Amino acid sequence: MEVTDLTVAQLSEKLVKRELSSEEITRQFLNRIERLNPKLGAYITVCPDVALEMAKTADLRMAKGDRVGPLTGVPIALKDIFITKGVLTTCASNILKNYVPPFDGTHSLRLKNAGAVLLGKLNMDEFAMGSSNEFSAFGTVKNPWAVGHVPGGSSGGSACAVAASLCIASLGTDTGGSIRYPASHCGIVGMKPTYGRVTRYGMVAFASSLDQAGPMTKTVRDCAILLNTIAGFDPNDSTSLNLPVPNYTGFLGKKVCGLKLGLPKEYFVEGVNPEVSKAVIEASKVYESLGAKLVHVTLPHTRYAVPTYYIIAPAEASANLARYDGIRYGHRSKQKDLVSLYRKSRTEGFGPEVTLRIILGTFVLSSGYYDAYYLRAQKVRTLIKNDFLQAFEKCDALLAPVAPEPAFKLGERIDDPIKMYLSDIFTIPVNLAGLPALALPCGFSGERRGHPPLPIGMQLIGRPLSEGTLFQIGYAYEQETKWHLKRPSL
Amino acid sequence: MRSQEAEKPRGNEYEPVIGLEVHAQLATNTKLFCACPTRFGDAPNTNICPVCTGQPGTLPVLNKMAVEMAIKAALALRGKIQEKSSFARKNYFYPDLPKGYQISQYEFPLSMGGFLDIEAEDKTKRISIQRIHLEEDAGKLLHDRGGIEVSHIDFNRCGVPLIEIVSGPDFSSAKEAVAYFKKLRSTLVYTDVCEGNMQEGKLRCDANISLKIPGSKKLGTRTEIKNLNSFKFLEQALIYEIQRQAKVLDNGGTVLQETLLWNELQGITFSMRSKEEAHDYRYFPDPDLLPLVVESGWVGEIEKTIPELPDAKASRFMNQHGLPSYDAKVLTAERGLADYYEECVSHHANPKKIANWILTELLCELKERGIAVSQISMPPRHLATLVASIDEGVISGTMAKSIFLEMLDTGKDPEALISEKGLTQIGDEAEIEKIVAKIIANQPENVKRYKSGKTNVLGHFVGEVMKATGGKANPKLANEILRKKLQ
Repeated sequence: MEVTDLTVAQLSEKLVKRELSSEEITRQFLNRIERLNPKLGAYITVCPDVALEMAKTADLRMAKGDRVGPLTGVPIALKDIFITKGVLTTCASNILKNYVPPFDGTHSLRLKNAGAVLLGKLNMDEFAMGSSNEFSAFGTVKNPWAVGHVPGGSSGGSACAVAASLCIASLGTDTGGSIRYPASHCGIVGMKPTYGRVTRYGMVAFASSLDQAGPMTKTVRDCAILLNTIAGFDPNDSTSLNLPVPNYTGFLGKKVCGLKLGLPKEYFVEGVNPEVSKAVIEASKVYESLGAKLVHVTLPHTRYAVPTYYIIAPAEASANLARYDGIRYGHRSKQKDLVSLYRKSRTEGFGPEVTLRIILGTFVLSSGYYDAYYLRAQKVRTLIKNDFLQAFEKCDALLAPVAPEPAFKLGERIDDPIKMYLSDIFTIPVNLAGLPALALPCGFSGERRGHPPLPIGMQLIGRPLSEGTLFQIGYAYEQETKWHLKRPSL
Repeated sequence: MRSQEAEKPRGNEYEPVIGLEVHAQLATNTKLFCACPTRFGDAPNTNICPVCTGQPGTLPVLNKMAVEMAIKAALALRGKIQEKSSFARKNYFYPDLPKGYQISQYEFPLSMGGFLDIEAEDKTKRISIQRIHLEEDAGKLLHDRGGIEVSHIDFNRCGVPLIEIVSGPDFSSAKEAVAYFKKLRSTLVYTDVCEGNMQEGKLRCDANISLKIPGSKKLGTRTEIKNLNSFKFLEQALIYEIQRQAKVLDNGGTVLQETLLWNELQGITFSMRSKEEAHDYRYFPDPDLLPLVVESGWVGEIEKTIPELPDAKASRFMNQHGLPSYDAKVLTAERGLADYYEECVSHHANPKKIANWILTELLCELKERGIAVSQISMPPRHLATLVASIDEGVISGTMAKSIFLEMLDTGKDPEALISEKGLTQIGDEAEIEKIVAKIIANQPENVKRYKSGKTNVLGHFVGEVMKATGGKANPKLANEILRKKLQ
């Protein structure tokens, strides 16, 4: 096994034992990125100088015997939506193609303080709007298991990089499924924490009431380690929860015997690819064999989730993206009058999907339509949330598929927005309800003419602030199976 | 046709209906949603940060002191503090608005209701206040530097906390509007929530105005005049706009609903072309901020910090100090002046005379020198001593006036000045008698004239005594002695 295939936990051990240095492994990653990124498109920016400097600093700390943590010297990469001081941050958009932030976001700071090494910034759908990473101004990302297929989005670059060992771990963001969906398509672990568990300061805003940052890793343990580092109150974010953060790795290894897992019937309907349903049902059987109980639950308002989301998210996005006006930073089109400056800068800067959502969002907030659309959608949102809370009276967590089918082919959905939006049918309700969810691999689709086996993922959805329990349940399954040990051949 | 025309009201027979929206900058140290200083006058773009310049990935965090000051202002204006209020995004594009939206309050403002009593044109009137809410200020656009086709933006002001105070459409004249604006400013300065310096833009006013046909219930089309930052401009702009609208109506036209600015050089209102279309601000609750929950306990604590307000203070000056209404009103217009006056009185209990000195001598000098009350170098104790000296007969009123200016310029103690210049009034009867005797002896003609009934010659003699003593004789005493001697 190559060192780049190591998990965070494994690498950290080797670094502490001085079997490996951070500089060595960072160089390995940089080489691998140079070799494979042209084919996969996972990175927008690689920062070798910054990375090596951070690696050397980490090595020095460890040599001195300073107190180190599980991320010290560990090479990671961040979705290009995270604000990194001095390192280009584009959100995969032309409008920020030259934006180098003068400050660090909290995520970047917390990882720096933990001694992690930043390899670079990862590709994504522009401003996190997309499910396939085909809407980037910096090229499409390929699924490392089958390069003719999408990796999922919007954190496509993150999922691809972790799966292809172009970094050990990554942070992504999830507004309607953008961590879980690509994690599922790339066969890795991804967690969307409870809304407010992780700060949003330093994460470029898409939909403020839905966005959450979360780890994307090879294993559940790695995911817990990363969440330990980034979770917790941030005074810079008024919506960040001021509540203690448990030690998430402490939940790993706890038994699941006696826990109740709910299977929501609306997530196992006819439209779901039979291989996906099969894989998730098999996973439920593994849980049964471990002593968990399966319960059937219903989430009756599920079918309203996608339309609700596609009113609320674009509405908030239309306001959040108003600051990209060519005045203070980012792309500015040289024009003679103000209105033209605004129009041209934004037309030239934004891609088609972003433009579509801004127009949609502006419409649903406009005078005469606000009540019928935005206000109403927020009310339906409450109903969706209540569905979950009621289900949790019967079970400790829900088990469901992440995507209705494995990764589709590049270009297959790009002209059909509705079909594209329906990819998120199982992930969106969780964001609307603000709940935590953990995605992990549970199988592969069969080999077919035209593509190799594609990963299938499942998600565990929990009560607010139950990330520990989700790790517990996810880890139990992971240790019973071998999905997390598979690697794509590149 | 003709009879209809004859029935149409002319010019000043219309009833103006005016409402004011006042924006006041709260006197906090830092901005509403970030920790940048709110200091005025610093070099451009030095009091900025990622939050108030709308960098990607930034979020607002509410300034508690701003909320406290807003509550205090609302209480002073008798508003009802809402236990729960929320912030909304007001969306529009303009270079001085970095996020492309202003964080304000829309559906659920901090305070509802309230009133302010004003006096205008010899009448008292209660002006209703509809609401008071918190919002952030925008940056400042500068058009006159560098190249012709280049504008600059200074974001120092961006994010400074404002309260917007919306009155009912209760004003029927420009004078009423000005009286309200003045009283409002005074109230805000009294409560220390606003510095009130209008040249620095701490207080601005938008006026909505329409004309009503008397007797009709229907309101006319209203125009809005924005950004009036002086009492003078408010009055002038309103007077002009009333007349302009009247002329339009008189000529059978309709008033256009427009947003106007006041051009002080030409003395006209003119349309803000770029804002002619009605804005759809697409207000929605800001998801980055939690609803503002204000506990009644906290409100109660804040209420206790409200000082005696102008009206109550003026009443007290009238009742306890016996000051006439006009004097009391002028003294209490500015809290600094009222405090100064009261401190003087605490040292020497002659309120009427002290009030007089302040209103005539002091205020006049302050105005001429362009000094604010807060910058007076003469401590109240000194002015009190000066007046006390007159009352005790130590110096004459004239003498006092002569050293007053020096006291103001140097801050010197009057007692020191009096002894330094040897101004102590001659109150010694024997000394004055000696001088009187001399004068009478030297001016027999005048004595004859006085005795023949020309009593005004006495004034001349008193003047002679003053001359002979270098102005130091107690004129009253001189007068008495002269009368005695001339009998």
